[in-house]
Amino acid sequence: MEALQITWFVLWSVLWTVYFLLDGFVLGTGMLHLILGKSDTERRVLVNTYGPVWDGNEVWLITAGGATFAAFPTTYALMFSYLYTALLLLLFCLIVRGVSFEFRSKVDQPLWKGAWDKAIFFSSFLIALLLGVAFGNIFEGLPMDANGYHGGLFSLLNGYGLLTGIFFVLLFVVHGALYAALKTTGDLAQRAKSLAKNAWPFLLVAAVGFLIYTAFATRLLGNYFREPYLLAVPLVAVLALLGIRLFITRGAVIYAFGASSLTILFVTFTGVIGLFPNLIPSSLDTNYSLTIFNSSSSFLTLAVMTVVAMIFVPIVIVYKIWVYRVFRAPVTSEDIAGNRDAY
Amino acid sequence: MDVLLLSRLQFAITCAFHFLFVPLTLGLSVLTAWMEWRYVKTGDVVWLRMTKFWGKLFLINFAIGVVTGISLEFQFGMNWAEYSKYVGDIFGAPLAIEATVAFFLESVFIGVWIFGWDKVSKKMHATAITIVAFATNLSALWILLANGWMQNPIGAKLTKIVGNPLITERAEMSSFLAVVTNPYGWLKFFHTVLSGYTVAAFFVMGIAAWHLLRKNEIDLFQRSFRAAAIFGLGAGLLVLATGDFHAVEIAKTQPTKLAALEAIWETEPGGTALALISIPLVSEERNLEFGKIPHAGSILAFHNPTIPIKGLKEFKPEDRPPVGMTFWSFRLMVIIGSVMLLLSLIAVYLSLRNQIATYPLLLKIFLWAIPLPYIAAQLGWIVAEVGRQPWLVYGMLRTADGVSKSIDMVQVMGSLAAFTLVYSVLGAIGFYLIVTYARKGPDVITVARRQEV
Repeated sequence: MEALQITWFVLWSVLWTVYFLLDGFVLGTGMLHLILGKSDTERRVLVNTYGPVWDGNEVWLITAGGATFAAFPTTYALMFSYLYTALLLLLFCLIVRGVSFEFRSKVDQPLWKGAWDKAIFFSSFLIALLLGVAFGNIFEGLPMDANGYHGGLFSLLNGYGLLTGIFFVLLFVVHGALYAALKTTGDLAQRAKSLAKNAWPFLLVAAVGFLIYTAFATRLLGNYFREPYLLAVPLVAVLALLGIRLFITRGAVIYAFGASSLTILFVTFTGVIGLFPNLIPSSLDTNYSLTIFNSSSSFLTLAVMTVVAMIFVPIVIVYKIWVYRVFRAPVTSEDIAGNRDAY
Repeated sequence: MDVLLLSRLQFAITCAFHFLFVPLTLGLSVLTAWMEWRYVKTGDVVWLRMTKFWGKLFLINFAIGVVTGISLEFQFGMNWAEYSKYVGDIFGAPLAIEATVAFFLESVFIGVWIFGWDKVSKKMHATAITIVAFATNLSALWILLANGWMQNPIGAKLTKIVGNPLITERAEMSSFLAVVTNPYGWLKFFHTVLSGYTVAAFFVMGIAAWHLLRKNEIDLFQRSFRAAAIFGLGAGLLVLATGDFHAVEIAKTQPTKLAALEAIWETEPGGTALALISIPLVSEERNLEFGKIPHAGSILAFHNPTIPIKGLKEFKPEDRPPVGMTFWSFRLMVIIGSVMLLLSLIAVYLSLRNQIATYPLLLKIFLWAIPLPYIAAQLGWIVAEVGRQPWLVYGMLRTADGVSKSIDMVQVMGSLAAFTLVYSVLGAIGFYLIVTYARKGPDVITVARRQEV
C-alpha cells in the first residue's frame, strides 16, 4: 500500500512537472505576445509556434487534477473547496486563454484581434502567477485544522506566495522567450533571444530570493537535512539556471532552452521532494496536513490507476514526441500568409 | 437560497452550457472524418472543401466545448467536496482515465489536423481527425461511466476509515470490472453519443438547407445534406432503441425515477396502465388522465405486461424526485425525438432522389429544426439528473450531503454570477462565429492554394 501511495506521489509530481515544462513556454510566449509581437503578422507567428501543441500541453494540468482526484480524493476535495475563489480565477483564465488562440484570427478586424491579444497576455500572466501563488502556499502550508480552513483569497497573497508567483512568471517568461527564439526566424527570433537575456538577471534575483525565503517560510528543507544527498536536486536547478545565461551568451539557443527546461524540472522536483510525504501541509496543526497516507484512495483504486498510467502514459509520450517532430520547423511569416487553416 | 441550491444551480448551468457544444463535437467529428476519407479515396476536391468547411465549424464549437469541460472537473472539488471525499475512490478513476486515454489523444491530434495539412501525408491527416473523433467518443464513454455509477452505484462498498482525522467513512471500489461494465453507464453512453450524432446531422442539414435555398454550391451542399440525413436517420433510430433499453434499465435500478417520469402514483397489482394524455397534479398526488391503456406502462418499463410499476406513494415524499419537471422533460424529449425521426425519414427519402433542393418549404423547416436535437438532449439530461434526486449517488449519498462545507453564500453567488457572465459572452461569441462562418460558405481560395502545391 505504501509503495503505491509513494508511486502516486511520484506520478503526481511528474504530471505537474511536465505540465510546467510544456505549458511554461506557452504561458511565457503568451506573456510576451504584446511585447515581442510588433505587428499582426508577428503575433500570428507567435501564436502559431505553439498552436499545434498548446492544447495537448494543457491536458497535463487536467490529468494532474484528475490524478489528484483519483489517487488522493481527500486532498482534491479539500484543496479545491478551500481555494475556491483562487481556483475559479484560474479556471476563467484557462477558459479565456483557450478560446483566444482559436478565435483571434477568425475575424479580420483590428478591434477583435486587439481584444484577443490582450486576452492572451492577461490570461497567460494570471495563470502563471496564480499557479506560482498556489504552489507557494502549498509549500508554506495552508491554515487548516479540525475546524477546516482559516484563510481566504487574500491570505494566499502573502509575501512568500507572491514571491513564488513572480518567480514562476519570470521562469516562464525566460522559457517562453527562448521557445519563441527557437521557433521563429529573423528579427523576431533575435528580439526574443535578447529578451530572454535581459530577463534572466531578474529571474536570477527572484530565484535567489525564493531559495532564501523558502528556508524561512517553509519546512521544505527538513527532508534535505535528513537526506543530504537530495541536495543534488536543487544544485542541478541552480546550475541549469546559470546555464541558461551561459548558452544564450554563446548563441546556443537550443541549449539555453534545454537549460530552462531543466531549471523548471528541477525547481519543481526541489519543491515536491521537500513536501514529501505531504501534498498540502497544514501551517497550524500537522495532524491536519494532507499527506499521501491520510488522503489516498484504496489499494484497489491505486493499483488499477497504476496499471492504466503504466500503459498509457508511455504511449502518450511517444505520440507527443512524434507531433513535436512533425512541427519542429520554425514558423515564418510566409508560412501563415494566406493560410486559412492556421490560427 | 443557500450554498446547496446555488451550487446545484451553478452545476446545472455549467453542465447544460458545456452540453450545448459536446454533442456537436461528438457527431461532427465523425462526419468530418468520413468526408476527409472520401477525399483521400476519390481525390475529388469537393470532398476536401466540404471537409474544410464543416471542419472549421467543428473547430469553433470544439474550442468552447474543451474549455467549458474544465469547469466541471473543478466544481467536483470546489462545490462538491463532501461528495468528492465520499466517492472519490471510485468516481475519480474514470475521470483520470478519461484524461489519460482520451483527452491527450484528442488534444494532440486536433493540433495535427488543424496545422498539419502540408506537414503530414493525406492519409495521416485523415487519420488525425479520425483519432479525434474516436477520442471524443472515448471521452464520452468514461465520463458517462462515471455518471452511470452515480445513477447505479455498483462495484462499491461502504468502508469505515479509522484513525484518520480527515475522513470517517467513504465508498471504496470493490470491483473495477463492475464499474466499467455498468450496464447503466453503457446504455447511457450509446444513448447520449447517438443523440449527439443527431445533433450533428440536423446541424449539417440545417446549414446545407440554408445554402440550398440560396442556390449556393448546390453539389457540395446536396452531398452534405444527404450524408447528414442518412447519418441522422441511422443514429435517430438507434437513439430510440437505446432509449427503450435505457428505460428498462431505469425500471430495474431507479424505481423513483421511473415512477416520476411516468407520474405513477399508485402501484397497480397485475400491471400498470398508462394514459395517452396525462397531466400530473403533483400537490394532489394524482393525474388527470384521458385514454387509459391497460398494461402499457408495465410493457414499456419491463417488457412484461404483468409486473407493476411501483407508485410514488410507496416512497416517502423526501425520497421522491421533482415529478413535474421529470415527467414533462421526458414527454417533451420523446415528442421532439419523434418529430426528428419523421424529418430524418423525409430527408433521407428526398435526398437519395436528389430532390431535396426542390422543396423550399422543407428546406426552411430543416433550417429551423437545428435546435430540436439540442433541446431534446438538454431535456434528456434533465430527466437523468433531476430524476435522480434527491440522490447525488442513487440510494447512497443525498445531494444535500455532497456539498462543500467550507464555502459560503458570497463565494458561490460570486462564482455563479461570474459563470453566467463569462458563459453568456462566450456563448454569444461562439454563436456569432458559427453563424458567420456557416453563412460564408466553403472557401474557394483553399483549393486554389492547394492546386499550386
